[in-house]
Parts: sequence; C-alpha cells; structure tokens
Amino acid sequence: MRRRNLRAAGAVVAVVALAIIVAAAFGGTSKGAVKSTKAQAVNTGVKGKVSFDGIWTSSTGQKPFQAVIDAFHKKYPNVTVNYKPVGNNLPTVLATAVAGGHPPDMADIAQPGTIKQFANQHKLKPITYAAGVLKQNFSPAWLSLGKFGGKQYAFVFKAANKSLVWYNVPAFKTAGVKSPKTFSQLLNDAKTIKASGTPAYSIGGAEGWTLTDLFENIYLRTFGPAKYNALSAHKIKWTDPSVTTALKSMAKILGDTSNIAGGTAGALQDSFNQSVTNAFGSPAKAAMVFEADFVGGVILSQTKAKPKTGFNTFVWPQITAGANAKAVEIAGDLMVTFRDTPAIRAFVKYLASAQAAAIWAKQGGFGTGNHNMSASVYPDAITRATEAPLLTAKSVVFDMSDNQPPAFGSTAGQGEWGLFQKFLEKPKNISGIQKQLETAAAAAYKKKK
Amino acid sequence: MSAGGISAEPPVGAAPPPGAPPGRLGRYLTAGVFLTPALVMLGVWMVYPAVYTIVRSFFGQTGFLGTWVGIDNYKTLFTSSYFVTAIKNNAIWVAVVPAFVAALGLVFAVLTERVRWSVAFKTAVFLPMAISAFATGVTWRILYDQDPNLGAINALGRVVSDAVTPPGVLPNALPSTPALQPHGGGLLLKTPLHPGGVALLGLTGIAPQDMPKGSTQAVRPAPKAGQINGVVWRDFKPGGGKPGVVEKGELGVPGVTVELRSSSGKVVQSAKTDANGTFDFTNVSAGTYRAGVGASTFAKSFGGYSWLGTRLITPSLLIAYIWIWAGFAMVVIAAGLSAMPRDVLEAARTDGANEWQVFRRVTVPLLAPVLSVVFITMVINVLKVFDIVFALAPESTQQNANVLAFAMWQTAFAGGGNFGVGSAIAVFIFLLVIPVLALNVRRFKREI
Repeated sequence: MRRRNLRAAGAVVAVVALAIIVAAAFGGTSKGAVKSTKAQAVNTGVKGKVSFDGIWTSSTGQKPFQAVIDAFHKKYPNVTVNYKPVGNNLPTVLATAVAGGHPPDMADIAQPGTIKQFANQHKLKPITYAAGVLKQNFSPAWLSLGKFGGKQYAFVFKAANKSLVWYNVPAFKTAGVKSPKTFSQLLNDAKTIKASGTPAYSIGGAEGWTLTDLFENIYLRTFGPAKYNALSAHKIKWTDPSVTTALKSMAKILGDTSNIAGGTAGALQDSFNQSVTNAFGSPAKAAMVFEADFVGGVILSQTKAKPKTGFNTFVWPQITAGANAKAVEIAGDLMVTFRDTPAIRAFVKYLASAQAAAIWAKQGGFGTGNHNMSASVYPDAITRATEAPLLTAKSVVFDMSDNQPPAFGSTAGQGEWGLFQKFLEKPKNISGIQKQLETAAAAAYKKKK
Repeated sequence: MSAGGISAEPPVGAAPPPGAPPGRLGRYLTAGVFLTPALVMLGVWMVYPAVYTIVRSFFGQTGFLGTWVGIDNYKTLFTSSYFVTAIKNNAIWVAVVPAFVAALGLVFAVLTERVRWSVAFKTAVFLPMAISAFATGVTWRILYDQDPNLGAINALGRVVSDAVTPPGVLPNALPSTPALQPHGGGLLLKTPLHPGGVALLGLTGIAPQDMPKGSTQAVRPAPKAGQINGVVWRDFKPGGGKPGVVEKGELGVPGVTVELRSSSGKVVQSAKTDANGTFDFTNVSAGTYRAGVGASTFAKSFGGYSWLGTRLITPSLLIAYIWIWAGFAMVVIAAGLSAMPRDVLEAARTDGANEWQVFRRVTVPLLAPVLSVVFITMVINVLKVFDIVFALAPESTQQNANVLAFAMWQTAFAGGGNFGVGSAIAVFIFLLVIPVLALNVRRFKREI
C-alpha cells in the first residue's frame, strides 16, 4: 500500500516537474498572454476610450507624448487615451497580442515590415478617414511611407533624420579639415584625420543596425531613392551589381582598420552608445560617427562636448552626381490602429495635426515631416539643422532594414544585421556576403505562411 | 487511515468494497475540492501551454495556429546553420559544464573542510548564486572587455606584457611617405645614404597630446662631410601639409632611437633625436648605408584578447557560468560530505591509505549519489541556458554563442516572429530534457 502510494506520488512529482520544465521553456508565451488580457481589460469597446501601446518609455519620450495626449484630452474631454509604455519589445508584444486576438486600439510601430505583416493579415484598420488632414500636413513622399497595398494604414508621427554624419569639431580642426561635401572628400579627409593622430571613424559594430544604416546611406547616395526602394522591397536582388558597388564603397571605410577606433575587433564590440562616447568623450578616440539625429542627444547626455564648439553634424555627402543628394533616409514611429471607433478617429486626426507635432517638437528629441509645423519650434540650432531637412524633403525613404521582414531586417545577430557584422569583420569578402544576404532575404520573403 | 480525517491520497490500493459507506464518496469529494485549484492552475499554466506548443510546432509562422506545415519546422531546425550552431553549442555546454561544476564543487567542498576560514570561503564561492544571471552577464562583459583600459582581465595582461616588453614612445606612429618602409617592427628609409647625406624620417598618426614633451619646430639639418644626419619629425600640419617636407609648424620628435645600417643590414651606429628631431651619425666611413627608426620606438602596448569575439565567446560564457554554479555544487556536496560516516574514512586511514587514496577510493564513491544530483541538475540547467548568453554575448557574436533556448526566444519573439519554428525548438528542448528527468525521477524513487 505504502509503496504504491509513493509510486503515485512519484508520478505526480514527475508531472509537476515536467510541467515546470515546460513552463520554463514556454515562459514567454504565458507572459504574452497576460499582456493581451490586460490590453483587453482596458478596451472592452467602451466608447471614448483609446488604449495605446507605445514604444516610448519614461526615458525615451513617454513624457512628451503624454503632453500630446493631455492636450488632446483638453480638446476631447470625453475621450481618455491610456498610454502604456511597452518599450523596445513592442513588436513582439503586439505580435503576441494580435495572435491572441486582443491587440490594443492603437500603437506606434517603428518597423514598416511589421506593419506590412499586420496589414497583410488584415489586423489593421485603414485610416482613410484622416486623408484630409494628412494631405494638408504631409507631402505625398511622407504619406507613401504609411501606405501598404495601396491603402493608408499609418503615418509617420515621429521621424529621425538618418542621413547624417556627426563629427568632433576639435578633431577636425586639429586635422585641418572641414565637413566634406562628397564621398571622395570624406575619404580624403579621413586619411588626413588619421595622419593627425586620431582615427577618423567610430563604428558601433556590436549593434548591427549601425552598419545597415551606413550601407543604406551609401546605397541611397550612390543610386538614389527609386533603386533604394526597389532593393528595400527585394525587387532588386542582393547579388545585384549595384549592391557590389555600394559594398565596395563601404569597404573603403570598414577596410581602413587602423582608421577605426579600436580597429575592426574593437568596433565589433562597441555598442552604439560607446561609438558616440568614443568620438566625443575626452580624450576623443575618433573623429566621426555615421548615425542619425539622436546621436546629438547621446552626446549631450553622456559627454561634456558642447554644440558647435565640441560637436557638429553634416548631411551624408554625395557619392554619385546623378543620385538625389537631397533625399533623406529616415527612421520613425508610425501610428497604426487595430480598431475603428469615433474616439480613435478623433485621436488619429489630432496626431496628424501640426499642433500635436509642435507640442513634442518644442521639448526636443523629435522630428516631423509635418510641413505646417514651423522649424522655429525646434528648441536649438542643432535640432533645427538636423530636422529642418525633413520638412522640405522632396524624397523620403524609410530605413531599409526596418522595411524588411523582421527576420531579415531587424533581428540581432541574424539576417542583415548579423551579415553586415560579418562584413565588418571581413570587408574584402564582398561577393560572399552578397550571396549570404540574398539567401537570407529570399528565405525571409518566402516565409509568408 | 483515521476515520473522518481528510486525506489527499489518490484512490489506489484495494478497490472500495461493494456497498461502501457513503463516507468514502464524501472523502473523494473533499479531496477533489481541495485538488481542484491546483489542477486548474496546472491545466491553465502548464498543460495547456505545453499541449498548445506541441501542436503549434506543426504549423506555420504566425497566427493562433497558422497553416499546417507538417514537420517542416523540425526540418528547418536541423538544416539551417543557425540552429545547427545552437545545437552544437548546447552539446558543448552539456559536455563541459556539468563535469566542471561537479568537479570544482567537489574540490571546494573537500578543501573547505580543511581550511580555517571555511565559512568565509564558502560564502564567497556561493555568492555568485545570489546575483541574478543578468547582473553576472553585465559584470563579466566588463571584465572581458577587449580594451585593457576597461576590461580587468586584459588589464592584467597589459601589466604583465608591459613589464616584459615596455611600450615605445610612439606606438601608433605611421610613415608619412612610402619612402619609409616597415622593417622588423621599425621603419627603414628605402633610399641608400652615403656620408654627407641627410635622412628625412617623417612620421604621422601622432596625436598632438601624444607628442613627447619638449619638442620644438623641426629643423632640416644641413649636410656635413663625413656625417650622416637627419631629422625625425611629426610630418603633419592641419590640412595634411606636404608629406616628406619639413614645414613650418611641424614639430621634431625627441627621444627617438635612430639606427644606421650598413649595406649588409647590420646596425653600425645608433643615436637619439634632439628636441627639434635632429640626429647625426659622426665618423661615417665611405660606403652605402640606410637609416631608420628602431622597433622599440613603435612597440605597442598589449591590445587585449578579444574574449567576446567570435572565437572565444563560448569558452568565455562557459567560464562565467561555471563561476556562478560552482558555489551551488560546493554547498550540495559539502552537505553530502558532512553526512558521510567518518569511521569509514578513519578505517581507510588506519589501513594505511594515503589522503589521495582516501579521496579517490572512499570519499568520491560515497559521494556518488550527491555528485549525480549536481550533475543531473546541471545538465537540465544547461539544456535550458539562456540568460547568460543574452546578457554577456555582444550582438556581433550572439550567433556564435547561440544555444537552443536563445534561438527559440530569438526566432519566436525577438524580431523573428516565427512561432512555428520557435515552438519546434521548445519541443526539441523538452524532448532533450525528458530522459534526464526520467533518470532523476527514477533515482528519487529508489532513494525513497
């Protein structure tokens, strides 16, 4: 009797233990489930409430966005917008919530590739009702970024100018160079800077996106927006000769190991933040960082460099004369809606207004393509310099890697990010990397089941 | 069983006799009521997710179920190089970690029995267990940093290597013109010189703050009969200047060792440069010479090993992980040791066994059950290892450090969005854990 009971107890123990293992292995799933039920709890179709899952957390813009919401609430006192700061895991949280059938009313998504997936699954609601106010405030170039399958599903609320290079002003002065206008000038200046005793480039190669951004700017400046968008949509293969040309140009930078802070091996372990502090800390370990407008914020918060005297920025120099040098590569947060209620419609239209943009723009760390917002709203000269081009840009392209299916374009260590890190390691292996890029891209585009 | 007592015993053993008193049914009912909450929790949080995951692994990328793909997800698992790396790495983890943890734990446990400050020592070794794996990852990431100014391990390396070979005054300097060529770690002027010649040794790549103190405007010396003289200077001024030409604003580099080599390549004279960079070799007999800067000037400081680079990342992770778990093994094994019958050890000693023989032939066999607990626990832990990889491996080498649990997370959640393959990996891990678990359960039963 005792033995048999014990055996049964043993079986129970086994089941529990198995279950614990399973639970450990599937922890993520159950966590996602909790989140989605929560989201459902705040939006049971009650009119006048909008649940919003956002990427901005307390350190990255929750406050200014809350100010935008508060101003909206003043306009529509009966509509409550509940903002939930999810952070960088937002695409994951949304994917789980959508799979579980309980997405929030609205969200801001930084990856058009993710939006495209949702749109193809018919999980998003078109925002055609806001066409009037969108047309009034945004140029067609901007609006096209929110169109998927010919329908307006989203619009870029917050944008970052990615076609920028930041430089250490004293280092440039020591070397006696000025901000270059063309790519060959840039390469020459880099040589001069190296001769002056400071490596020219600081590259945050531990994070793959800094490398894809570099490639994208080179490709855009060499071949212009039309071809850029074609490659972005995988209508041009990665084995195309145009990619070869762009990679050759890129190798001129990445292959100049002694001109990179820490050399290639060091660059592969430097995070984006480190790449910035390398170039603008004291003593400066490098002179230039190829990255977007938000570099300015990192410099101000993590180094002692001052605008204009310590650091400054220039627009990505031209490579081919024919390519549109005024084209701007951006990254940004697109507003999407998973439901369609009067309250949501009111909030979407409000977000598209110049007034809403100005509230955040005034507080800094914000760019917009809303051309009815005056550039004078921006709080300082550097921000005006980096964001003003967005207002007048005739041609805007979205960060290519964000445009791809996430498995190819935005997964750490995999796809484009991982392969460009391999390229940084061996910049001579151009055709090899092209083949691998194409294989990975083809696999990611095929997997649409 | 006392009548009226509540019993959670499952109804095994003798079947209830026909016409059992109603009290028995009542007891089952009570048992059922008490079991329900636990069963509901189990069902909702464990059984359902497990079953769903197994089913999900046969379906496509997205959606609640997606499209049926059969065993395609599993095929992907064993064909794509990404997952094959993960499986290989997991195999390395299983092969290395449990054995090392058990061995280290054993050594620590046996040693702590003999040292005076054993409690302090045990606390120190056990401490890593009290730190979250994530914090451990961050800490080790700094320890492993390649830059010796940041990473403690490489800093140690620099101290040692600098003591052996001290770094030169101009470790980063480069020749300013192709006329100056690398030669055995130093630089050598290509053009041959004769007595009365002047050697111009221009260097660049020296930051103004790295210039030796006391340097003044460089001077191009006038040729003198019977001498070879020259100048070593920072051949750079804002904008670049003219390479190879001593210009105004360019400083001489003092303290550089310049060597004069005969046509056979032998060093015949050496000299140090002055504040303005000039040097001269006197009493040079007729012949062909070449001048250059000695290798010691350019000796680089130790640059650090790339612990987190593609080659060393998995060993680096293993070390950090063993560091965490050695304390756990030590505590468990120490408990086993203290419960061990001392008279057996005494008997062995009396019989003339030395300490090593006692350890090898008596202690270890007696500890075998405890060691196997440690071993099996570690195998299960290591099959599921995730956090240390996530926290410690930089993105650029995550793929080289990949393990199954990490691959699962990345594929399903972190950008991959492929729940089908993600579930397949989860099921695969589950299958790997089952035999180990079965072993554990069987041992459980034997011990009870």
